[in-house]
Amino acid sequence: MITLTVNGSQYQVDLEPDTPLLWALRDAVGLTGTKFGCGIAQCGACTVHINGQAMRSCSVPIGALKNASITTIEGLSPDGKHPVQQAWLAEDVPQCGYCQSGQIMATVAFLKRNPNPTDADIDAGITNICRCGTYERLRRAIHRAADLMKA
Amino acid sequence: MDRLTASKLTRRHFVVTAATAAGGFAIGLSIAPRTARAAPVVAQPWNDDHAYDPHEIDAWIAIDPDDSILIRYQRAEMGQGSMTALPMMIAEELQCDWSKVRIEYASPNRNIRENKVYGDMFSNGSRTVRASQKRVQQVGASARERLIAAAATRWNVPATECTAAASVVTHAQSGRTLRYGEVAADAAKVVLAKEPAIKTPDKFTFIGKPMPRIDVVHKIDGSAKFGIDAQIPGMVFAAINACPVPGGKLKSVDESPAAGAPGVLKVVRLDDAVAVVATGSYWRAKQALARLQPEWDVGEAGAVDSDMLSKTFRAALSEPMLTARNDGDFDQGIAGAAKTFEAVYETPYLSHSPMEPMNATVHLQPDRLDVWFGTQAADSALMAAARYAGLKPEQVYIHNAFVGGGFGRRDANDEVAQAIAIARAVQRPVKLVWTREEDTRQDKFRPHAVVAFKAGVGVDGMPTAWSMRVVTSSILKTVGRPLPPNKPEPMAVAGLADNGYNVPNMRVEALHKNTHLPVWFWRAPGANQHVFAIESFLDEMGSAAGLDPYQMRRKLLEGKPDWLKVLDTAAEMGDWGKPLPHGSGRGIAICEDTDSLCAQVAEVTVKPNGDVKVNRVTVALDTRYMVNPLTIAEQAEGSVIFGLSAALYGKITIKDGIPVQGNFDTYRMVRLAEAPKIDVHLVPSGGKVWGGAGEPATPPIAAAVANAIFAATGKRIRTLPIIDHDLSYKSA
Repeated sequence: MITLTVNGSQYQVDLEPDTPLLWALRDAVGLTGTKFGCGIAQCGACTVHINGQAMRSCSVPIGALKNASITTIEGLSPDGKHPVQQAWLAEDVPQCGYCQSGQIMATVAFLKRNPNPTDADIDAGITNICRCGTYERLRRAIHRAADLMKA
Repeated sequence: MDRLTASKLTRRHFVVTAATAAGGFAIGLSIAPRTARAAPVVAQPWNDDHAYDPHEIDAWIAIDPDDSILIRYQRAEMGQGSMTALPMMIAEELQCDWSKVRIEYASPNRNIRENKVYGDMFSNGSRTVRASQKRVQQVGASARERLIAAAATRWNVPATECTAAASVVTHAQSGRTLRYGEVAADAAKVVLAKEPAIKTPDKFTFIGKPMPRIDVVHKIDGSAKFGIDAQIPGMVFAAINACPVPGGKLKSVDESPAAGAPGVLKVVRLDDAVAVVATGSYWRAKQALARLQPEWDVGEAGAVDSDMLSKTFRAALSEPMLTARNDGDFDQGIAGAAKTFEAVYETPYLSHSPMEPMNATVHLQPDRLDVWFGTQAADSALMAAARYAGLKPEQVYIHNAFVGGGFGRRDANDEVAQAIAIARAVQRPVKLVWTREEDTRQDKFRPHAVVAFKAGVGVDGMPTAWSMRVVTSSILKTVGRPLPPNKPEPMAVAGLADNGYNVPNMRVEALHKNTHLPVWFWRAPGANQHVFAIESFLDEMGSAAGLDPYQMRRKLLEGKPDWLKVLDTAAEMGDWGKPLPHGSGRGIAICEDTDSLCAQVAEVTVKPNGDVKVNRVTVALDTRYMVNPLTIAEQAEGSVIFGLSAALYGKITIKDGIPVQGNFDTYRMVRLAEAPKIDVHLVPSGGKVWGGAGEPATPPIAAAVANAIFAATGKRIRTLPIIDHDLSYKSA
């Protein structure tokens, strides 16, 4: 048994220590908002926060997370009204939506480090893949979220 | 408790139970769906088993006493926004309050049992809106007239004296009103003497307004359920490895390396694949599968590689072909030409690569099959699943999910066939998930194609005779559908035979050449590759005579105001002709696809080291009519990026019969840093036919970018992807 602290609650997970956090979240904890896209930390669909840092959960084994605080998309805000979520809604960003949990989690952590991002900062900091190609609106939403967080 | 309440409770109960059973180990679990927030669609979109509602007017519409309205959506939501657009069309006719509309997927099972009450349920060919338009408008209009009739009967006045607006029926003479919720039960019993006429587009008041997508609210908090998120009591997990050479068979596999691995239940042998089933987590199944070293019987296909295929296809260019279009007399035309041009263009196999890898969750019982997955065609999935399971269609329940990207991939049902076979072997509900590598390599690919052009121009440099000869694989042959007699399938010549140019002598021919690699519909089939070829070759001819690419196209499109409108809009809004710094250039391209027209201007910068950056893309799109301009613009933006990934980076190469690229480290996608600024201009021209929105902005981008690269560097690109070309130059 490995104890994981996810969104403030503790979960006893009966999986091997080398199990990536992604699969523990999805299959054992039952939180499916974190998505499987590639399994090799390429696409970012599985992005969660571990101790406040954006991490690609497909490549983090649960054995290394005994004292870690994990936040998933489900725990980002109690009401879906985090400024980044509000910005996403306002810009109508998602299409298929599959990558968007990861895009949002990556953006939340990014904006903590870069509260006033330039387009070049965004290019360097947000590397998640969106196959629907929502980048135009995604970029606008990142700027909008930055503004909302300052307000 | 009425049935609606009962079904809501059941759904909530089901989710909690299911999650606990699937996880088994989780403590303090609470993932009841967030239905508390008033959302027009539930986060878990799949339907209850029987899909009936006590307040139905008909199979499409139910109106509760409190005026809330349920509208059923019969096709797929894969990001194209049609789950918003089609109900908007019903609401237009129903004259209802949009803020009180809820939307859910229609039941494919009910469709079977009720004589196809929902008609076709597929979303492909950019047909979701335009193929439903008349039908769903009629659904809304009929319900409205029945509500009016019910109110008129209650008042004992002629229905013709009553009107409906904003979910209220009004009898103006007496000043009386009834809310829809008050007359819905009576309306359900009304049989109209004849169907009302539907609105003509000039009468639309709601259709055409940009409306936020109804599904977005669930796609920002992780609650939207995709097929891969299904959690079924007692469910186990399966990972699969199909023969890496498509068409090959499983010869043998030593199971012992998987034996004793954590949670492993069974190694399942399929005809052409091996799967491992495990409890507790998909990861366990995947890890155990990776230990196996199956032996495959790959036959002669195991010797095929990309060079061989390219040579074979190019050699076949001289073979007799089927004619798709033959205007004037090409041979005579070219004989009298002032100058002639020849070039061969080639485009590679591509994978669809939706972000959600292929998956299916099935519960197979002796007299019933449930399938949870994201599909572009729930109705054909039902029929296929019934065949695979040996059940009657009425015994099969397809629970469609939010689809995590389709692009044409999600209507082949190969994952469903596998999941059913595995479930049969383990006698448990099974969730099958493909790895990304499996998703790429076991795709049914965008075909490889070569196009040979020969053309003659007059003294003014304008083409007067043009031959286009294509060698590519038949998609219909992979699908198993009959080919048209004595002519090529439409996809083989899409973007070529339907070009809009006034050239007096034009011949378009194609030869189908299929290999062991299955080929399939890939966003804007045919056009997505052939428009690159034709629009680049046209530029070749124009540049030889020093013609401006935009003005040359204008002249060739004379007398076609709709084509000229998109061309002019793209050129004007894309700053055509304005000076650019050294190393930068603009390219233009235009096409017709899914009865829509699209022109694009791309602006690129090529660095002296050859790196290409697409800075800006201007899109003009004529879909003829628009239901939701917001989602049409979004589709155009997404199409540009989808086509740009293919143009810049996309190729599946073949070695030893095996698709080489597997994951996103080798099959590269455009990311935010490479994404251009995209401006979309919607210029609907009306007319008899409604155009599609999901695909037509995909084809022009490769040619627009390649032509821009030529403008910037003088280097002509005739094969994709662009990244394979050395575009470096000596800086000034």
